[in-house]
Amino acid sequence: MMKLMFKRIVMAVAVVVVAISSANAAVRIVINGGRAEPLPIAISDFMSNGNLGAQISAVVAADLQRSGLFAPIDKNAFIEKISNPDQQPRFEDWKAINAQALVTGRVTQEGDGRLRAEFRLWDTFGGSQMTGQQFFTQPENWRRVAHIIADAIYKQITGEDGYFDTRVVFVSESGPKTDRKRQLAIMDQDGFNVRTLTSSKDIVLTPRFSPSKQEITYMSFENNQPRVYLLQLETGQREMVGNFPGMTFSPRFSPDGQRVIMSLQQEGNANIYTMDLRSRTTTRLTSTAAIDTSPSYAPDGNRIVFESDRGGKQQLYVMNADGSGQTRISFGDGSYSTPVWSPRGDLIAFTKQSGGKFSIGVMKPDGSGERILTTGFHNEGPTWAPNGRVLMFFRQAAGAGGPQLYSIDLTGYNEQVIKTPAFASDPAWSPLLE
Amino acid sequence: MSRITSPASSRMQTLARNPVMIALVMTLALAGCKSKNSLPNNANDLGLNGANGAGAATPGSAQDFTVNVGDRIFFDTDSTAIRADAAQTLDRQAQWLAQYPNYAITVEGHADERGTREYNLALGARRAAAAKNYLVSKGVPAQRLKTISYGKEKPVAVCDDISCWSQNRRAVTVLGGAGL
Repeated sequence: MMKLMFKRIVMAVAVVVVAISSANAAVRIVINGGRAEPLPIAISDFMSNGNLGAQISAVVAADLQRSGLFAPIDKNAFIEKISNPDQQPRFEDWKAINAQALVTGRVTQEGDGRLRAEFRLWDTFGGSQMTGQQFFTQPENWRRVAHIIADAIYKQITGEDGYFDTRVVFVSESGPKTDRKRQLAIMDQDGFNVRTLTSSKDIVLTPRFSPSKQEITYMSFENNQPRVYLLQLETGQREMVGNFPGMTFSPRFSPDGQRVIMSLQQEGNANIYTMDLRSRTTTRLTSTAAIDTSPSYAPDGNRIVFESDRGGKQQLYVMNADGSGQTRISFGDGSYSTPVWSPRGDLIAFTKQSGGKFSIGVMKPDGSGERILTTGFHNEGPTWAPNGRVLMFFRQAAGAGGPQLYSIDLTGYNEQVIKTPAFASDPAWSPLLE
Repeated sequence: MSRITSPASSRMQTLARNPVMIALVMTLALAGCKSKNSLPNNANDLGLNGANGAGAATPGSAQDFTVNVGDRIFFDTDSTAIRADAAQTLDRQAQWLAQYPNYAITVEGHADERGTREYNLALGARRAAAAKNYLVSKGVPAQRLKTISYGKEKPVAVCDDISCWSQNRRAVTVLGGAGL
């Protein structure tokens, strides 16, 4: 159950000058599973010359609303018009519309052309400022500033890191299914600022972010040689990973970003290898006459979850980072694939096929506590938001021309489509950009 | 009045640097060049959907192979076993390839859409390997044969029921073609 809890906190930042009696408590959302009543929050238009302030407020409100934890209040209901965001608001006016929290702010242009964005988060019922921060950036980055502010509000009120200042890399798909063009593309987590990263000449699949660098690993059929590649986002430089004697696929980075783990296909079998990106040495981790693929490291790097059909159907297995101790963890009906270890370490997300349906679910690393979050004709390929609270995946409805991206809360609630210019699959969430 | 806390300097720098990164990403260009196949590699390329009837092809041509021999075999769901009907097709292929020994061959393995992407890449490879091994067992020299898997990425039939999925679970023997 998630509930609102009023609790005293020590204000580490932001000096509160006008103390309002003893009601100096903080509004807080406690997330511990289950469906939440979203917190009513008022997000006033930031003061600015022109409408940039209102645009930033709108992005902040959209982020918070999409999280499912906040319910931004219609601006038409506001009683007080904020004219000086440095001044304490009239809390009574905000309590009257049941705004549990209020955001005020200002955007100005510095002498050197940079934007200065500042905001304050107010606890209306506690009658105090919860936090206040300011950021400087180039004007074209105004959406990022809005996402950073939304993250700060999310963190202040939930106590958990946000995930709004992040990007998603995915496969953009266009054209008929029989001649589908695929390009790597990257966008902000809210679907804005979509940019393609590769041409549509070669099939590209399964892009994955480095946890530590502006780097992506993916699979490409370039020159009709299906292999794993690295792509440096800052330079556009690409390189094939290793020199393997067959198809390499299903790559992912290790948590330190120093290794790529992937499958190597030889004849009918796929086994799991790692390549150290500094020494270029490769290590074989599995040796079975089976398809071992979709490896994903635990965030501490000590264990790896993967799928294998060594027992007949695809099932999930966990092994130590050196390949020892391979243990099956999935035992439900149907088959399990594309496991991804949560950044928090507590859960593994997967695709499950059963009874002609495709589901996205989670289980604990020991295989217990399986929970299905969504089921339908075709749901596939989960990826975790960096705070481990939200998953993104791709879905194709029966009869649809192609797949679309969706996000869903770990609770299984708050499913949302992420609109993209073309069909989209294989999403991979970045770490917080910081 | 209350004071605004200082921003983290690292975050400010990240923000300031960001447009440069975006600009560089946009400059990414692909220099690779797909090798041209000297021979058409599927029925569509050959224009076989319309007027050309069986038997019209020049003996020993790619069209002859596709139309009179049969360039593809099909698999059961999640299976890589060579079915009896597939074995007959592969027998004809082996015979034809023995008759025309100058062709290099690529066996393309494919899966239907009812699986996950990564697994289907491996499943397609396993099907291609099964077809290749069968051809080798019938006397086609292994060094003439390459394989490649396209997983579920290149369906030939598009619908959301079994009639299409069964056509997409296939291994296609391509004269020339590109593979590993």
